[in-house]
Order: sequence, then structure tokens, then C-alpha cells
Amino acid sequence: MTTQLALSQLLNGLQLGVLLFLLAAGLTLVFGIMSFVNLAHGSLYMLGAYFGAAAFANTDSFVLAIIAAVGGAGLVGLLLDRFALTKLYARDHLDQVLATFGLILFFNELIRIIWGPSSVFISAPKALGGTIDIGGFTYPSYRFAIIAAGLAVALGLYVLIQKTRVGMLIRAGATNANMVAALGVNIKWLNTLVFALGAALAGLAGVMAGPIVSVQPGMGEPVLILTLVVIIIGGLGSIRGAFFAALIVGVVDTLGRAFMPTIMRSLMERSTADAAGPALASMLIYLFMAVVLAVKPQGLFPANVAATR
Amino acid sequence: MSGTKPSSLWPVAIQWSAPRTVTAVIIIALLAVLPMIASALESSYYVSFATRVLIYALAAIGLNFILGFGGMVSLGHAMYVLLGAYAVAIPASHGVTSGFIHVALAVGVCVPLASGFGAVALRTSGIAFIMITLAFAQMLFFGAVSLKDYGGDDGLTVAARSTLGGLDLTNNTTLYYAVLVTVLLALYLSWRAVLSPFGLVLRATKSNPRRATALGHPIFRYQLTAYVASAVVCAVAGVLLANLTLFASPAYGAWTLSGELIVIVILGGLGTVFGPVVGAIILLALEETLPTLIDATLPDYKSNWMLLLGLFIFFVALLLKRGVFGSLPASVRGERSKPELP
Repeated sequence: MTTQLALSQLLNGLQLGVLLFLLAAGLTLVFGIMSFVNLAHGSLYMLGAYFGAAAFANTDSFVLAIIAAVGGAGLVGLLLDRFALTKLYARDHLDQVLATFGLILFFNELIRIIWGPSSVFISAPKALGGTIDIGGFTYPSYRFAIIAAGLAVALGLYVLIQKTRVGMLIRAGATNANMVAALGVNIKWLNTLVFALGAALAGLAGVMAGPIVSVQPGMGEPVLILTLVVIIIGGLGSIRGAFFAALIVGVVDTLGRAFMPTIMRSLMERSTADAAGPALASMLIYLFMAVVLAVKPQGLFPANVAATR
Repeated sequence: MSGTKPSSLWPVAIQWSAPRTVTAVIIIALLAVLPMIASALESSYYVSFATRVLIYALAAIGLNFILGFGGMVSLGHAMYVLLGAYAVAIPASHGVTSGFIHVALAVGVCVPLASGFGAVALRTSGIAFIMITLAFAQMLFFGAVSLKDYGGDDGLTVAARSTLGGLDLTNNTTLYYAVLVTVLLALYLSWRAVLSPFGLVLRATKSNPRRATALGHPIFRYQLTAYVASAVVCAVAGVLLANLTLFASPAYGAWTLSGELIVIVILGGLGTVFGPVVGAIILLALEETLPTLIDATLPDYKSNWMLLLGLFIFFVALLLKRGVFGSLPASVRGERSKPELP
């Protein structure tokens, strides 16, 4: 019974981890190449969930929902990059934080105007509505699908970045964007591509999370902050770091919330444990991050980036 | 033209006719007589609104000290406001109403906490610093949410305002003047600190940390000291905020409030001592009037004023490089002022 519980919590942690990776990958790539801090990345996640929910409500097809979410968020990302953010890339981080903070307020309110303040509904595809049974251990198949899809995207990203010409340019841009531009590569186009790719991944994360979280205005912020923790722990600009850190953060956070109260109860009085347990559980990843930074200020897997300025 | 001679009270000559000085003096004078104007208009609401503006300004003055002069972008300073508010609410719920104890508790908890957070956060710089301060603030936010005995998510009402010797803070006007005096004190102290040798090194760490280190300054100590000092100012703002609203809630530590504090600093003018006051006046006045303004034109969207605020903040970041107060000349035309101060 306990192993069952532990196993399913571990899988929940992995599932949160791969969602965080989808968000962190885009954020860390954008940071690596443009040295740009995009706090509005959570808004793209939210937009993805809403686009997906809207498509799902109209067509009842989850595949179309995914296409709408990825395409819609990617398009918004492209437009943002072209028309709003380009000027900010060369500015200091303070201006970037401020501008994208403004964008968060804007998008949250825009969503509220279009879809209303209450949460909208999107359900898992019917084919994945059941559970999978492995030797007496059951787990929702939709959550399995999220883990599988996330890992597949991670693999795809790895191939894209390590094996293709575009990936080579992205890596080169992360090391020294000016040099790449001097060699005749259209760096603006590369920036737009990376930004739109990151936005599309955020949209994918949003629509996949749609059936298991509540789709509502402001849903992006808690996830955004977790994502920031992930890319800090993983090392800014490092996709590999983002991948491992996302899984670590997902598992630590989920297991902490599930078992911390019980563990605390065995260590101290029940009343104290009941008060301190949940608090410590929600602080766990931040403590973890503090420890990581205290030991390795560059993160666990620092990218070889000149842009850590 | 004429400058007061430097004395022990005024470390530099002040150009009284410089636009920035004139603006600051006019604003302070208006703030000083505001309760009388309000009572003449018989609208006491303005006094409590102005108190709130000044409390935000105080917190922003604290943040500005490290953001404007030290180049440390903290996206988590609302956590110290939260701390200060709970330093009032928790003792008050146990019947301890002395304001001296509240302030002592706020400062007493804030200093070691900020020292610890600062020591870890300052191991990083740039973007990582922004995010780690945000994460620490979230940690404290969730900590406050989990205080089930003290209201948890819903927050905690404070039965009565702090008692502070002979001062009767239950009187709104008295509270207003107490806050105003605190703000003026904070302005004077930060002005002195910025011009002091300490401030000189702090500003050097902003413009070029490597060079400052090469000159032999242990910049970590300077940055940490400045960080803790700015946290204490925010904690005092929290104490005052809990007194004004008679309420303390985890929402005081929400990261959006940290964001708003940065907006205030930038809006006023980064690296100016008086800027945060101007920024707080503009931002809060905007938040106050936008809903009314929209109500007059598009009543259906009255509750969606945040959309415009978001756009406003975006364009402030994009276009307003020096802030409103910062755009005013610091010296009289024709004269070159040495440092861009205050």
C-alpha cells in the first residue's frame, strides 16, 4: 500500500517535472541567447491552456486542442517578439522584468475580459480517460501520457539542438550572439525563432496541464515561479540543466507535499507537526534552491554561456 | 544659484532653486498640510489614502536604496513588508499592543533573516539575484499562508492600533503625521547614506563591481549591509501598513507587491533619493482613478482596469528611462551639478 502510494507520488512528481521542463526549456533558451528575462512566460502557458480549452469546447478533439494551443501560443510569442520585446533585449534586466511584469497584468486581465473570471473546462481525451494497471499498481493513463509526451519533446529538443543546423546556430548564439551576427547569420530571425519555439512549448505545457489543473486567469504565476527556480537550479541557459532540475524540482516538491507532514509527525508532537509540515513542504524547493546556490552559485549544470552577465 | 553651506546636518550644498529641489519641497509642503485641506473639504478618506501612499513610498525608499544606488534588483522586498505587518498582528492577537515592541520585533526578526537571505542571494548577481529574491519571498509567503493559528490564507485582523507612548495612533491624522515623519526621516537618512563614503562605495558596486573590488573594497559586506538596511525600512513600512489597515495577510508579501515597489522606484526615477515618493503618488493615484475613469466611459469593463495598468507599466519600462522625478534637472540651468543628486 505504501509502496503503491510512494510510486504514484513519484510518478506525479515526474509528471510535474516534465511540464516544468517544457516551460523551463523555452525560458532558459531565450535567456541564453537574448539575455532576456521573460516573466510573461507564465502568461504564454496560460494562453496555451485557454486556446486549447476553446478549441476543445468547439471541436471536442484533444488533438485539435493541442494544435490550437501550440500554434496559438507560438503565434503570440512571435508577435510579442516582433512588435513588443525586441527593443528590450539590449536593455538591462530591470527594464525587462518591469515590462514583462506589466504584460502579466495585461494578459491576465485580457483573459478575464474574454473568458470571464471563473475557470474553464477541458477534459482529458477519451482514449486516455482510464487507468493503466501494471501488476496491481494503477495510475491514470493521461498522466502517463504527459510524462511520455514530455520526455519525447525533451528528446526532440536534444536532437534539434545537438544535431541540426538551426540547433548549431542556437548553441553558437548562446555562446556569443555578436560573433554569430558578425558571421552573417540573421540573429533577429534566430531570436524570433527561439522565442516562438519557447512560447509554443509553454503553450503545449498549458494545454497538457489543462485537464489536471484549473484553467483560470493567473494560473501562470505559480508555475512561472517554479520554472524560475528550475532554471536557476539547473544553471541559466542550460537545457540539460533545465531538464534535470525540472525533474528534481517536480519530484522533490510532490514528495515533500505528500510525505513531509507524516515525517514531521514521527519527529515531533502532532499539533506542531500539523502546523509546520505543510509550511516546510511548500518551502522545500526554495530551501533546496538556496542550498544549491550556496554551494554552486552558477547552478548544477552551468551552461558555457557568456550571457551570464 | 545660492547654496546652503555644507554643515554637519547638510553634507553638501543644496541648490534650492534647482527644479528637483523645488518639486521635492513643494510636495513635502503639500503633504504637510494635506490633513488640513482634507478636513476643510470634509473628506477624511483622503487622509487614509495619503497614508497608504506614504507607506508605499517608505517601502519603495527602502528598495530604492539597493535598487537605485546599489544596482541590486530585488523582486522580493514585499516579504519584509509582510514580516513587519505580522510583527504587529501576531503580538496584538496575544494582547501585546505596544508599538515599541512591534517595531523591535519587526527589526529584531528582519535583521537576522535579511542577513541570511542576503548572504545567500548575494552569492549570485544579475538575473539569478532577481529570481532568488523572488523565491525567498515566495517562501515567506507560503510560510505565512501555513500559519493556521494566525489566520492562514485569510490573514489576521488587528484589534487596535499600536500604542506608542503619548501618541494616539487611533486618530487618523496622528497616524498620518507619524507616517509622514517616518518617511521624511527615511528620506534624510538615505540621502545622507548615499552621500557618505559608504554610499560612494555602494554606488561604485553598481557601476562596476569588478573595479570596486580591484580598488580594495570588500563589496560583499557593503552590499549585504545595504540589503539589510533596506529590508529594515520595508519592515517598518509593514508595521505602519498593519496599523493603517488593521489587518495583516499573506497578500502583503505577494510577488505582485514586490513588482509594484519596483514600478514605483522606476516611475519616480532610479537613483534619485526623492523619486520613490513621486512614484508612489503617481502609481497609487492611477490605481485609484483608473476604475472611476473607465466607469465613466465603459462601465462594463470597470473591473478590468488592471489591463490598462499593465500596459502603462510596460510602456514605463520601455520609454521612461529616467522616471518622472529623475527627468527633472538636478541643478540650475547652466550650472553643472557634480553628482546627480538628490
